Amino acid sequence: MALSEQEILEGLAEIVNEETGLEAEEVQMDKSFTEDLDIDSLSMMTIVVNAEDKFGVRIPDDEVKNLTHVKDAVSYIANHQG
Amino acid sequence: MTDTTQTARRVVVTGLGATTPVGGTAPQTWEAIVAGRSGVRTLEHDWVAEHELPVTFAAPIHTDPLEVLKKVEVRRNDPSGQYALIAAREAWADAGAPEVEPERLGVAIGSGIGGVHTLLSQWDTLKEKGPRRVFPLTVPMLMPNGPAAAVSLDLGARAGAHCPVSACASGAEGMGQALTMIRNGRADVVVAGGTEAAIHPVCIAAFAAMTALSDRNDDPQGASRPYDVARDGFVMGEGAGIMVLEAEEHARARGARIYAYLDGLGMSSDAYHITAGEPEGAGAARAMEEAIADAGLATDDIAHINAHATSTPVGDVAETKAIHRAFGDHTGDIAVTATKSMTGHLLGAAGALEALLTVLALHHRQVPPTINLQEQDPEIDLDVVTGGPRALPEGQLAAVNNAFGFGGVNVALTFTSAS
Repeated sequence: MALSEQEILEGLAEIVNEETGLEAEEVQMDKSFTEDLDIDSLSMMTIVVNAEDKFGVRIPDDEVKNLTHVKDAVSYIANHQG
Repeated sequence: MTDTTQTARRVVVTGLGATTPVGGTAPQTWEAIVAGRSGVRTLEHDWVAEHELPVTFAAPIHTDPLEVLKKVEVRRNDPSGQYALIAAREAWADAGAPEVEPERLGVAIGSGIGGVHTLLSQWDTLKEKGPRRVFPLTVPMLMPNGPAAAVSLDLGARAGAHCPVSACASGAEGMGQALTMIRNGRADVVVAGGTEAAIHPVCIAAFAAMTALSDRNDDPQGASRPYDVARDGFVMGEGAGIMVLEAEEHARARGARIYAYLDGLGMSSDAYHITAGEPEGAGAARAMEEAIADAGLATDDIAHINAHATSTPVGDVAETKAIHRAFGDHTGDIAVTATKSMTGHLLGAAGALEALLTVLALHHRQVPPTINLQEQDPEIDLDVVTGGPRALPEGQLAAVNNAFGFGGVNVALTFTSAS
C-alpha cells in the first residue's frame, strides 16, 4: 500500500535526524535542505541512499540536484514508490 | 640545576585531556594509573572466535564515546576521531577555554594507523551492498589527519591542523610539532597529542603475525609486563591523550594554571630495520640527549623517565641500553616507570598519553608505578618504580618521555616542573 505524503515526511525526518542530529520536527515540507537545514552534499547522498532503502524507490544521482526542498523529495518518493 | 638561557619563547602545558583504557578523562586516568589498575581485558567481540585470533585480549577504551559525544558526532567520525574530539574538548575546557585569535590557534594530533575501522567496514559495505552504499564521509574518516581536522573544526583553529604519522611515536611527534610551532611564532596556543583506535581483527592478526603481541590469553591483566623476565610482547591499547600547549607569556597574561613546561624535543631515526629498534640504542640515546640539551639542561638534571617500554623482549633491553648510553652514572638516580603495564600500548597515542602522565608526575610530584614486575630482567638495570607510586622531591624537576616507532623513529620530550 502506498504511503501518504505525511508518512513519507515522517520517515524522511527520521533519516535526517539519524544523519545530522537535527530534530525531526524541523524537517518540514517548505524547508530547503541546504539553506534551512544546513545539509551538505555529502550528507544528502547518505540521506538519499537511506531513503531508497526505507521507501523502496531508486533516486538517480542526476535527480538528487532537483530535490532542493523537503517537499521535492517527498513528492518524488510518493510518485515513484513501488 | 642548569639555568636555561633560551632565546626562544618557552612553552607551557595549560590543559589536559584523555580517554584511555583506564579512564574516560585525564584525572580518572591518572587516578587509575597511580593506583596501579590495569585496563587490559578479554575481548567480548564475536570476531575474536570467528577469526580464531591467536590473541584474545586488549586494552579497549574505558568509556564508550556515545556517553560523551552526540550520536551524529559518533556517526561522522572514525573512533580515532571520536577519541581525539573527547580528549581535545576536555583539554580545552581544562585550560579555561583560552581566548585566542583563530589564526594563532593550531592543532597537531598524530595517529599511527588512521581510520582502520572505517576503511574496513566500508570495504565490507562495498562487497555486500555495492558502491552506492559506501558512506560518503569514508575518506575524511579514514585519513590519518581526520582527527586533527575534526578538532580544528571544533575549536576554529586556523594556524594549521597537522598530523605527524610516525607509528608509535606519532603522539610524541604531535607534541614536538606544537612546540616548534609556538617557538617559531606560528601559533600562541596549540592543541596537541595523539589518537588511535586500532583494536580491529586485522590489526591484532597483523601484529600477532609479527609476534609483537603477548599471547598470555589466560592472564590478560598480567600480559603487559615491561622489564619482567617473563614478558612476551605488547598489549594493544586505544584512546587519545591531548594537551593544550601555550606560549608562556600568553598563558601568564591570562593567569592560566600551568602544569609544567615543555622545554625540549629530540628526534632521530635509526636507519637500521623497518620494525626493530637498533639494539644498542644509539638513536634513542641521541634523541634523549638532544631533548635534554634543547631544554638547556644536563642529563644529571633528569629525575624521572616515562619509558617507551612496550613489554617486548628486545625493545625493553634496547631502551635500557639507550638510557645508560645517554645518562651514564646518573642512570641509577632516575625513577623510571612503564605505564604501558596498565594501559597497554596505545600506538600513535602512546607518546602523547605518556607525555601527559609525565606532566602529571611533575605536577603531583609522584611517579606512578609499573605493575606486573615480579622478577626484573637482569639485563634491565634501571631503578623501576614498583609496588606503588614514588614521591619526587621538592624544587625544580625535569623529566623525559620516550616514544619510539616502527620505521626507526625515536622521539624524546623534556618537561620541567612549573616551580
